[in-house]
Amino acid sequence: MHMSETADPKAAVMSMPVAGDWSPEIIRQEVAALQHKPGALLPILHAIQDRVGYVPEGAVPIIAEMLQQTRADIHGVISFYHHFRTHPSGSNLLEVCRAEACQARGGRALERHVQERLSVGYHDTTADNEFTLVPVYCLGNCACGPSIRVNNDIIGRVTPQKFDQLVDTLTTSVLQLK
Amino acid sequence: MTTTIYVPCDTTALSLGADRVAQKLQQAAAQKNIELHLVRNGSRGLFWLEPLVEVQTPYGRVAYGPVEPEQVDELVAAGLFDGNPEHPLFLGDISQHSYLQQQQRLTFARIGITDPICIEDYIAHGGFVGLKKAAALTLQGIVDEVKASGLRGRGGAAFPAGIKWQTVLDEPQNQQKYVVCNADEGDSGTFADRLVMECDPYMLIEGMTIAGLAVGATLGFIYVRSEYLLSQKMLDEAIRRAEVLGYLGDNVCGNGRSFRLEVRLGAGAYICGEETSLLESLEGKRGLVRSKPPLPAIKGLFGQPTVVNNVLSLAAVPYIMAHGGKAYADYGMGRSLGTLPIQLAGNIKHGGLIEIAFGASLRKVLEDFGGGTFTGRPMRAVQVGGPLMAYLPESQWDTPMDYEAFAKLGAGIGHGGVVAFDDTVDMGEQARFAMEFCAVESCGKCTPCRIGSVRGVEVIDRIRAGTNRDNNLVLLQELCETMVDGSLCAMGGMTPFPVQSVMKHFPEDLMARSRPVEA
Repeated sequence: MHMSETADPKAAVMSMPVAGDWSPEIIRQEVAALQHKPGALLPILHAIQDRVGYVPEGAVPIIAEMLQQTRADIHGVISFYHHFRTHPSGSNLLEVCRAEACQARGGRALERHVQERLSVGYHDTTADNEFTLVPVYCLGNCACGPSIRVNNDIIGRVTPQKFDQLVDTLTTSVLQLK
Repeated sequence: MTTTIYVPCDTTALSLGADRVAQKLQQAAAQKNIELHLVRNGSRGLFWLEPLVEVQTPYGRVAYGPVEPEQVDELVAAGLFDGNPEHPLFLGDISQHSYLQQQQRLTFARIGITDPICIEDYIAHGGFVGLKKAAALTLQGIVDEVKASGLRGRGGAAFPAGIKWQTVLDEPQNQQKYVVCNADEGDSGTFADRLVMECDPYMLIEGMTIAGLAVGATLGFIYVRSEYLLSQKMLDEAIRRAEVLGYLGDNVCGNGRSFRLEVRLGAGAYICGEETSLLESLEGKRGLVRSKPPLPAIKGLFGQPTVVNNVLSLAAVPYIMAHGGKAYADYGMGRSLGTLPIQLAGNIKHGGLIEIAFGASLRKVLEDFGGGTFTGRPMRAVQVGGPLMAYLPESQWDTPMDYEAFAKLGAGIGHGGVVAFDDTVDMGEQARFAMEFCAVESCGKCTPCRIGSVRGVEVIDRIRAGTNRDNNLVLLQELCETMVDGSLCAMGGMTPFPVQSVMKHFPEDLMARSRPVEA
């Protein structure tokens, strides 16, 4: 098995669409491909976010019309789930685990360090648009915490030093890509 | 000659650099002109040894671990490809390790041994025996076998699985029924569902198919939390391959019955691990909890009769069908029969998966398996069963791991997660976090949970600041009681348990005072 071939953070950066990179046609395509499924709304929202990088507010009326639901229904579902974003994230989506098993291994100190190092709070994006920081409540890596996720990669036993190295690596490789 | 090497591909091994280890091994083999057969197996669940590299030798598989990517060249120079024992990381035959020898792996018999996605591997290790037996039984015959096993829901509620299946079976057959697998493993300190899906996905497929045959359901959904992308990938591929070979589809195992499976992704809502909220989510709605009755077994997904079981409950079924319900019920104690997959996590030296018969003491788990804390400091508190369960002080660690024994303490086993904390923990902060987590994750349907959790954070803040402490402690106790009595589901109804356990067992931490600095 080589499941992680797609998990290269640099590849994720390159494929991340830039803000505003969507059209009503893209939304219609994604809805049309999935609307036959029972309870199709979550699969549709995932598909849109995977393709565009977020669920644009302009997608709501299109989804509503095609599913014959109200805009309020669609908005209500998007806003209920932490996973769905209505704005683009930075180049790297950084999730830091806040849950108990990571707390027991120094997770709180790591949280503070991450926020200081990046000078952002949760749900914020760094000024250079490199990182969007979000909290996550358990990544299932609980025997090897504290854990973080960068794009699709989960990283265990993260120390402040290890985190700093990671930030350096990610910001350097992004510069090289440009 | 080809050298076969195993490098695990589960999330934990990957989080510690398993991919880079595999890459380095391939490079080293190429340099030495060794033909390498690299198998990405699952993890055996001895997480402090990950990445655990195994080499096939004429004398069997030998292991090295934990192997950091930077150590690969040195290990190869020391004769890793020949299984040379002269290296400090050499572990020998890992299946003889005392951590595994002390376990009874009925459900997790295959993890780490096989390539998770290789269906031939699964079949060679006893896979689909249970399904083939089930396919030859009557519907009632299958349900009776599950009843005989004494299997209780492993998601946390511990409801007898056989009775749930019977309820769905007894609903008229001329209607659509569903099997829904709850794979929204959100409790911190748990990863057993993930290990099933990443390391032995066919076992879950087999268990769900048996459930489908038993109750007359033709469609199943696996609701996987969005944090578990690797589980989703593994399951999607395994489902595809199982369909090709006729273990899923219109003619399951040639018995003429139909069963299909679809993986659905959650979207980062802890509450969707609650079964009725999960059903709402599957229907494409906000994950608001439903009132019961009606039970999901009678009116579940899209209003139809639905079996909703946790991953571990369904994963136990292939063994039960293959070996008989009685063989499973021979393990365990009292009304807690079979094995419990314990997930040992947090500040622990030897964290990992421990599948043992119900009845072992928590202390045995923490000491014999866990080996004490990771930091080497004294252990102070243990949370068993997830974020909605009590913190246990050392005086309670001799309790046997049994549903009833834990219930007597006002605690619970939940999904089997065990999170250890050393003496640097501030239990006041842990109590506050329980309320904070509930405020973030409440579905908002009932007031005691939605508002109570926010007020809980505020009251605990005042207590910890020493503001009107005694009165605020009374207020907190009353708030906890209101939440327990007035909430619809376990989220609001059990969030007070960790808080109350701190008030009872660690009251000194609710005083404003300093604690040793975190290591």
